[in-house]
Amino acid sequence: MSSTDAGQLDTAMKRPPRLLKNLAAKFAAVPMVLIALVIFVGCTIWTIYHSFTRSRLLPAPEKWVGLENYERLWSESRWLISIENLAIYGFFSLILSLSIGFILAALLDRKIRFENTIRTIILYPFALSFVVTGLAWQWILNPQLGLQNVVRNWGWETFTFDPLNNAEIVIYGILIAGIWQGSGFVMVLLLAGMRGIDEDIWKASRVEGIPAWKTYIFIVMPMMRPVFVTAIVIIASGIIKVYDLVVAQTSGGPGIASEVPAKYVIEKMFFSQNLGLGFAASTMMLLSVLIVLIPWAYLEFGGKKNG
Amino acid sequence: MGDTSTEMMTGPRGPKKRRVMSSNNIIIYGTLALVCLYYLLPLYVMIVTSLKGMPEIRLGNIFSPPVEVTFEPWVKAWSEACTGINCEGLSRGFSNSVKILIPSVFVSIAVASVSGYALVNWRFKGSETFFTILIFGAFIPYQVMIYPIVIILRETGGFIGDVTGTDFRLMGSIWGLVIVHTIFGMPILTLLFRNYFTSVPDELFKAARVDGAGFWGIYFKIMLPMSLPIFVVAMILQVTGIWNDFLFGVIYTKPETYPMTVQLNNIVNSVQGVKEYNVNMAATLLTGLVPLTIYFVSGRLFVRGIAAGAVKG
Repeated sequence: MSSTDAGQLDTAMKRPPRLLKNLAAKFAAVPMVLIALVIFVGCTIWTIYHSFTRSRLLPAPEKWVGLENYERLWSESRWLISIENLAIYGFFSLILSLSIGFILAALLDRKIRFENTIRTIILYPFALSFVVTGLAWQWILNPQLGLQNVVRNWGWETFTFDPLNNAEIVIYGILIAGIWQGSGFVMVLLLAGMRGIDEDIWKASRVEGIPAWKTYIFIVMPMMRPVFVTAIVIIASGIIKVYDLVVAQTSGGPGIASEVPAKYVIEKMFFSQNLGLGFAASTMMLLSVLIVLIPWAYLEFGGKKNG
Repeated sequence: MGDTSTEMMTGPRGPKKRRVMSSNNIIIYGTLALVCLYYLLPLYVMIVTSLKGMPEIRLGNIFSPPVEVTFEPWVKAWSEACTGINCEGLSRGFSNSVKILIPSVFVSIAVASVSGYALVNWRFKGSETFFTILIFGAFIPYQVMIYPIVIILRETGGFIGDVTGTDFRLMGSIWGLVIVHTIFGMPILTLLFRNYFTSVPDELFKAARVDGAGFWGIYFKIMLPMSLPIFVVAMILQVTGIWNDFLFGVIYTKPETYPMTVQLNNIVNSVQGVKEYNVNMAATLLTGLVPLTIYFVSGRLFVRGIAAGAVKG
């Protein structure tokens, strides 16, 4: 619209060739275009292509091996553990951060005092990096000196909670830290959504005598569907990226018990010179994002065009 | 909830009577107090641990306050802690992080704000398509793009070095990391600026055009001064994001230029030597100090930044 206005203004002068029109604007858009095409499209295609090649220390585009990397990937226990961990972490992190976030948002929504202070306290972990979060919880969950030791000293001698030493439950130790860091953010998102709901809904439910908790679950929650969808997309894309938290808190240990896909990829690419496998694994990560993203994009954008 | 409905029954005449402590309120405030305790606990544990001496830590309880307060762990974390053979403490990581942070924040915001402005006021053929690619790009796992970017940085950096006859490199240098932060900050920041610039009245833009102002003139004289709040939001977003970055720091820099987060991880998770938990916690707190300060100072703007970034994303 504006560019046509600009065009009309120029008609008094000689109209410059179309391509040269608004040269400054086009020049300014070069970084955006380059990032979109070269990085987001180009690099993604490059990686997908190379996941079908036998690349080791260096990318080897000429050595096409079809699905060999993928077959090896899915037969490697380290990858299978990574996937299993991601599934457990993802499932609980989604459920817990949504429910904790919703409950906290509902509590703060009750026009309470000190709302700002409480929100500041609940949200501050979100400002911290995953490295700081991981190291803090590594210390709290320290099996010899941490929480377990304290509870035992209080007199509960048989109390056992040592996720960082126990391969079976280590992923839950990471989950605790992840929830601590991220649930405040979910709360803020959901609270913003809650505040956007029409006050009349509350008046109506009061007149009907519906208890507040019922109003939240059966009336407010369904009305907040778009906010929930956004929150789920954000949480899910964060889950797939989980890397620094694991590196800091457990370094993938004990053994390989807390490996995650994002860490697997970095290790294959930069530390064990198996690029092909790394590319295949990162392509699987992309695929899992698409599984979440495509239905969402379809609902958000596809639905509007039709209805 | 019962009390609110009885209030309605008696009829809302005059100012509403508010009972300060109903059973509902006790439950609400009690729950919130417990929740706050849970969120504050790790910070508390970190602080008290960092102020204790090692003998006290080995004997005791992570929750107990220090019997004898010592600041030695902080001094040690800052200037003596070791990563491998290097024993300069976190101060080097801090100065690296600052050197990375300032140009990264500046460049990423400059590029994204200009892009957002071009998207709103100077649309060209295909501009919306590129924007859509950017937004979807925000969801692509970094691991997918990380290796080809290594190649791009290595090749272009080497090329620039050859052409200029210097030993300029992008890979492993601070400038390579600045480019990477600019790239991955683009989706969210462009979205932020685009949405904000849309709300600037179009008449202002048209009037400036009539007065003969060009692309840059309008950007610097109208858009920038009118959009200072969103620039502050973007800065908060970028400073915390870049300071907290770990992955790009590991991949695109070398030990001499490691940012603070990477160095922190190397200090704490180093396998050599005796574990000094007090020094580790002091180092962890030092690394968290910058984003925490920004968070507590900026308050509502921080919330606005993450919410603006997220809700429309």
